[in-house]
Amino acid sequence: MNKIEIRNLVFHYTAGEPILNDISLAFDARSTAIIGQNGAGKTTFVKLLKGLLKPVGGDVVINGINTSDATVAALARHIGLVFQNPNDQIFKNKVLDEVMFGPLNIGQSQDEARERADAALAMVGLAGRINDNPYDLSLSERKLISIASIVAMNTEIIIFDEPTIAQDFSGKEHIKAIIRDLVAQGKLVLTIIHDMDFVAETFERTLVFAQGRVLLDGSTREVFAEEEVLRQAHLEPPHVTQLAHRTGLPGTPLTVEEFVREKRAQGAMRPVTP
Amino acid sequence: MKKIVVEGLKYRYPLTAELALNDVSFEIEKGEFIGIIGRNLAGKSTLCQALMGLVPHFYKGAYGGSVTVDGLNVAQTEICELARKVGLVFQNPFTQVSGSKMTVYEELAFGLENLGVPRAEMMPRIESAMALLGIERFGKRNPFDLSGGQMQRMAIASVIAMAPDIIVLDEPTSQLDPQGSEEVFQAIQALSRQGMTVIMVEHKMEKIARYSDRVMLLDHGRLVDFDTPERVFSRDDLAQYGIAAPIFARICQGLGIRTPQTGLYPMTLDDAYDQVVNWHE
Ligand SMILES: Nc1ncnc2c1ncn2[C@@H]1O[C@H](COP(=O)(O)OP(=O)(O)OP(=O)(O)O)[C@@H](O)[C@H]1O
Ligand SMILES: Nc1ncnc2c1ncn2[C@@H]1O[C@H](COP(=O)(O)OP(=O)(O)OP(=O)(O)O)[C@@H](O)[C@H]1O
Ligand SMILES: [Mg+2]
Ligand SMILES: [Mg+2]
Repeated sequence: MNKIEIRNLVFHYTAGEPILNDISLAFDARSTAIIGQNGAGKTTFVKLLKGLLKPVGGDVVINGINTSDATVAALARHIGLVFQNPNDQIFKNKVLDEVMFGPLNIGQSQDEARERADAALAMVGLAGRINDNPYDLSLSERKLISIASIVAMNTEIIIFDEPTIAQDFSGKEHIKAIIRDLVAQGKLVLTIIHDMDFVAETFERTLVFAQGRVLLDGSTREVFAEEEVLRQAHLEPPHVTQLAHRTGLPGTPLTVEEFVREKRAQGAMRPVTP
Repeated sequence: MKKIVVEGLKYRYPLTAELALNDVSFEIEKGEFIGIIGRNLAGKSTLCQALMGLVPHFYKGAYGGSVTVDGLNVAQTEICELARKVGLVFQNPFTQVSGSKMTVYEELAFGLENLGVPRAEMMPRIESAMALLGIERFGKRNPFDLSGGQMQRMAIASVIAMAPDIIVLDEPTSQLDPQGSEEVFQAIQALSRQGMTVIMVEHKMEKIARYSDRVMLLDHGRLVDFDTPERVFSRDDLAQYGIAAPIFARICQGLGIRTPQTGLYPMTLDDAYDQVVNWHE
């Protein structure tokens, strides 16, 4: 059984202004990125998965539960969502209380919630801040707190909506490591993100959303080879891939290391001109 | 002409122990496009606030040294007067939305009303700013019913509509799609060429390298470097400040390629292309 199945999903906020048009998809164990233009419907889509919005047509099935028949509370033990804007998620005035709230709410014991909160805060590098007020923290730190809060719930499915907003290089590396760790634990991880370099370095599968439909769905390398389709969707390939296309380097390299290796291999194969 | 002069600026937020800005001095010319980089908590947003007066007027705290903007001493000038010269796009667009306006159009008009712009002049300015950011369809929408990226576009548009002399943008493209982000950089560059002075905080090093005239590197409240993108990003101690050079420079570094004329790494797609395409081991 797939942990998430979507059949003929249709959604609008206002009748006559369609947002999602007949989407059918299944998610498997591969770490997956969702990319697409502003307003493409990415956040709306994951709110439907989480049960915060209900389909206008079609079905969303989470671990065998149809979201149309379930409450948000019942779904919460299966699926966690890190909001795009941390201010929509954070409401306690102590970091530790904030991170323990979700775990306690889905029935973890006080001890388990504390243990998972400590581990999640350590993962995002904020173990020392448990007594701070989240409102005194910077945007980058609040984003990390909101990530820790969801990770601590230990759900089978975890969705990140723009996790790298405001993060510096090391913050992004932290988040990459968290995603890899969750995937290694067998969790289903979906991530909405506009940072194509991050997508190239982190995810196996990539979906391109455009005007309420899935325009491309494939391995990240296949998707980033489609320069023309990406352009239509207001996206662009990762910087490494852009330079590779320009210089005629084959094979759609996705990382600096891959580019350098490919280029050296190509150089070595060049016929020696006397 | 010197548009901004900062001399020995030191600043500490109330109830904190460490200086958020520590002895920062620099000068910026009219029409320059300045990039600000630095790790999280380096002091980038604090410096932005110090240029438009929220530091020290709103945040209070301990303040030393001076910031002069277009001849006005910031610590001795009221925020409403500074707002005529300096516009700030906040790091989090949600913080910038007034919350009291029911439509995107009224939200943009609100900023102009505060500046005392005559009604007749408001409409064309609002419409051209909305078109520039691709949100002209959403004039009647409630700002809180926009997607994250659409709201960030609105935040940028509302400051551009005010046509400030100096525009300060604090990570303005963090929620924009790749093409939107490129379009914003091009639009801001066009404004800077028309004489607007631009200060832009960004973690997207490829964009900073491509668009900035000079780059300011901050760390622990100190100004570490303020120089051309090529020179700042060719420093061999960048990692120590939590910065990774633009991807194009990292590829060239991996291949051992430097620009022959300067001995520095190529920073942009075009420059990297020129060197990589002719490279032989
Ligand atoms: N309102 C505030 N009250 C107290 N301290 C603050 C406040 N805002 C920022 N600081 C502190 O000032 C220092 C500089 O923070 P600032 O937000 O300017 O950094 P930044 O470079 O913009 O970081 P980021 O990349 O996370 O946005 C940090 O130590 C931060 O904790
Ligand atoms: N509450 C709402 N009422 C009406 N329309 C809405 C509402 N929320 C979002 N929309 C519209 O639905 C469309 C999809 O929005 P959504 O937030 O899902 O986009 P997104 O793909 O996440 O975009 P972004 O990359 O900017 O975050 C947008 O055009 C948006 O303006
Ligand atoms: Mg979104
Ligand atoms: Mg900041």
